[in-house]
Amino acid sequence: MIRRLLFLLPVLVFAVIAGYFLWGLAPERDPSDVPTAMLDKPTPAFDLAAVPGLDVPGLATADLAGGEVVMVNFFASWCVPCRAEHAFLSALAEETGVPLYGINHRDEPEDAVAWLAELGNPYQRIGADPGRAAVEWGVTGVPETFIIDGSGRIRWHHRGPLVPEIIERDVKPLLAALRP
Amino acid sequence: MAGGRRPVIIELGHFALVLALAAALLQGSLPMIGAARGDAAWMALARPAAFAQLALVAVAFAALTHAYVTSDFSVFNVAQNSHSAKPLLYKITGVWGNHEGSMLLWILILALFGSAVAAFGGNLPPSLRARVLGVQAWIGIGFMTFTLLTSNPFLRQFPAPFDGEDLNPLLQDPGLAFHPPMLYAGYVGFSMAFSFAVAALIEGKVDAAWARWVRPWTLLAWAFLTGGIALGSWWAYYELGWGGWWFWDPVENVSFMPWLLGTALLHSAIVVEKRNALKVWTILLAILTFSLSLIGTFIVRSGVLTSVHAFATDPERGFFILVLLAVAIGGSLLLFALRAPALKAGGLFAPVSREGAMVINNLFLAAACAAVFLGTLYPLFLEAIDGSKVSVGPPFFNATFVPLMVPLVFLMAVGPMLPWKRGDLAGALARLKLAALGAVAAGLVAWYVSNGGPVLAVAALGLAAWLFVGSLVEWADRVKLFRARPRESWARARSLPRAAHGMTLAHAGIAVAMAGMIGSSVWKSEVVTNLRPGESIEVAGYSLLFEGVGRLKGPNYTADRARFTVTRDGDEVAVMFPEKRVYDVRAMPTTEAAIRTTFLADLYAVIGDADGQGGWTVRVYHEPLVPWIWLGCLLMVAGGLTSLSDRRLRIGAPQRAQADRSATRPATA
Repeated sequence: MIRRLLFLLPVLVFAVIAGYFLWGLAPERDPSDVPTAMLDKPTPAFDLAAVPGLDVPGLATADLAGGEVVMVNFFASWCVPCRAEHAFLSALAEETGVPLYGINHRDEPEDAVAWLAELGNPYQRIGADPGRAAVEWGVTGVPETFIIDGSGRIRWHHRGPLVPEIIERDVKPLLAALRP
Repeated sequence: MAGGRRPVIIELGHFALVLALAAALLQGSLPMIGAARGDAAWMALARPAAFAQLALVAVAFAALTHAYVTSDFSVFNVAQNSHSAKPLLYKITGVWGNHEGSMLLWILILALFGSAVAAFGGNLPPSLRARVLGVQAWIGIGFMTFTLLTSNPFLRQFPAPFDGEDLNPLLQDPGLAFHPPMLYAGYVGFSMAFSFAVAALIEGKVDAAWARWVRPWTLLAWAFLTGGIALGSWWAYYELGWGGWWFWDPVENVSFMPWLLGTALLHSAIVVEKRNALKVWTILLAILTFSLSLIGTFIVRSGVLTSVHAFATDPERGFFILVLLAVAIGGSLLLFALRAPALKAGGLFAPVSREGAMVINNLFLAAACAAVFLGTLYPLFLEAIDGSKVSVGPPFFNATFVPLMVPLVFLMAVGPMLPWKRGDLAGALARLKLAALGAVAAGLVAWYVSNGGPVLAVAALGLAAWLFVGSLVEWADRVKLFRARPRESWARARSLPRAAHGMTLAHAGIAVAMAGMIGSSVWKSEVVTNLRPGESIEVAGYSLLFEGVGRLKGPNYTADRARFTVTRDGDEVAVMFPEKRVYDVRAMPTTEAAIRTTFLADLYAVIGDADGQGGWTVRVYHEPLVPWIWLGCLLMVAGGLTSLSDRRLRIGAPQRAQADRSATRPATA
């Protein structure tokens, strides 16, 4: 009998693993959405100059700890998903009134200026990042978006474009909770 | 795109694939029934059906290739993955550089293997052959249904775009062009062992002859998989621009797991063949090895795991995939649970013997495979249980996999010294005196050259030397090298079975590859800096003078090409040209590292971004022994192929295997 059970073991183990696979297939699950190591930590120290030719101030650590909830968005004119999320991001900033700061990642200034002129500028501040800030923030690609609370801590993070589904499901409830 | 003969070809290919599915259905049903009833005519249907399936799949594959070569962008798959300006080689390799086309390649290789059994399996008992081909057909049915229903490469789009969206530039590379076919030949090759195992379970009979039929297919698959993995890691090394050759990424791990179990299977099948023992375990290994190949093909396409270089995933496809896995793996394991207990258990054997060494080899390889499996799937398991997300990286694998390899490599030199049935451990170790001497010598040299490098790394290099010298000593003993006259040694070497030469080559290859892995991981030096033209950097005794960057136009990309003059002790030794390419269509940058190899080490230069003020980011690596990794893999493949050419395997099963089956008729042509 025990010998019989031993022979059943492989198929039972496989059944358990297949169960995990089935769970893993759930459409709302996104395995690439690994939380940033920066979560619940203060933003890294940085000081980025304004984008030349753009009439928007630059961005530094001090701007993020002003007692107000803000959003920081890494973007670039060469990034197609950034173009895709731009309208949603602009609408979100306008609707909630939460300040939106941009970090223009590895971009040519004139391209960035043209891109914002074409699509509109929802950012109150934009820092030009030659690449260093992205590394310190743990950013792996653009676009990425962070929500920072009044004390300058990173409270939420998203890799990839902010689509309406995520905005409604995650962003708005969090913003409402952070802003009494 | 209307009219003319050309546009019809793709529809012909589509139709051929549907017909191939019909042929596979025939091959999977009638011969199986025939085998159960003992009806020779029905069993004999399996062979023509296998040939027909191959011919039809080949037509389908040729039709898709034709669409790629002629840039027929009315075919959706071609438009998504090709471009008219792409070089011809990459138009062809683009066929399998995407999910749909790679499935078609998988099916083609599967049909090739099936036909090979039909063609060369003349000495198989007819019922076993019918069942093997039947099981093989069912694998094909699963894959063809999957391809036709969820991943059809033959779909059209109207209107056709003017040009395609190009192949991912990272894949436009000669190394990666041939990586998928080799890897798939390995994965699919293990389907033969699987089909033989399932057929044996149905027959209820496993014997030495069975093992002798399984071994060549396993060897062939193993050699392909070794080559495929080596090509992939070589590509990662020179193309990704980080000087790394293995990242423990899920995609890599899923190709490595079947390799580990396949290696175990190679060895356990020898025990079945020689000692008629370890049968149940070998059957299980055969099933699991192919199961891991299936998981390897599928898991990265289903969206269950994430990887840096996965195919475009699609959760909707995922469910189909899971059903396929459940039927193939679950079904065969269930059959195993029901039928394997009835198999006659083999004899017991002494722990210190060749077969005992093979069992230990199997234990370590299986444990190593389990460690890789856990590390790869742990993020999924953990997320399912408590929702937290983790990524398992190299530290886990280094802490679990490496300690399992150390005793395995140590025993790899001892095992071949032990005779079958009862071995003499003291005698075997005495014969390994020279290997111990080699280990100490290699350790001392490494210690001296690295100025007292890390003790563990020095010891590990000593271990590699132990295996290398130990393998050669075993071979030298058998041919009486230097102990008999050269003429006699030569005669002995010629009469030694090819499999013995093959083993020596493969084991020595492991030692060489291992030395490469240790050297390049431990003694790698790296400089990342910002340079202006005229400045230079020093790495590992070399001085690289940065002379500037020029613009270059390729067929479908634009490159910034840097020029470095490399000097050592004031003498110019090389000029290196690393490039940074931006491919026109996908606007995606890739690095083309410049590598100068001395066989003992690589100097590796990569050019990064300009800082806008005349400076460029430059990365330079010096990696000792790194070419040995691929040299070692080459030796392993050569060993596998040498072993495959062994007369005993070519001739197949001994006649006595047929003699004990009274119902056996001579094979028909």
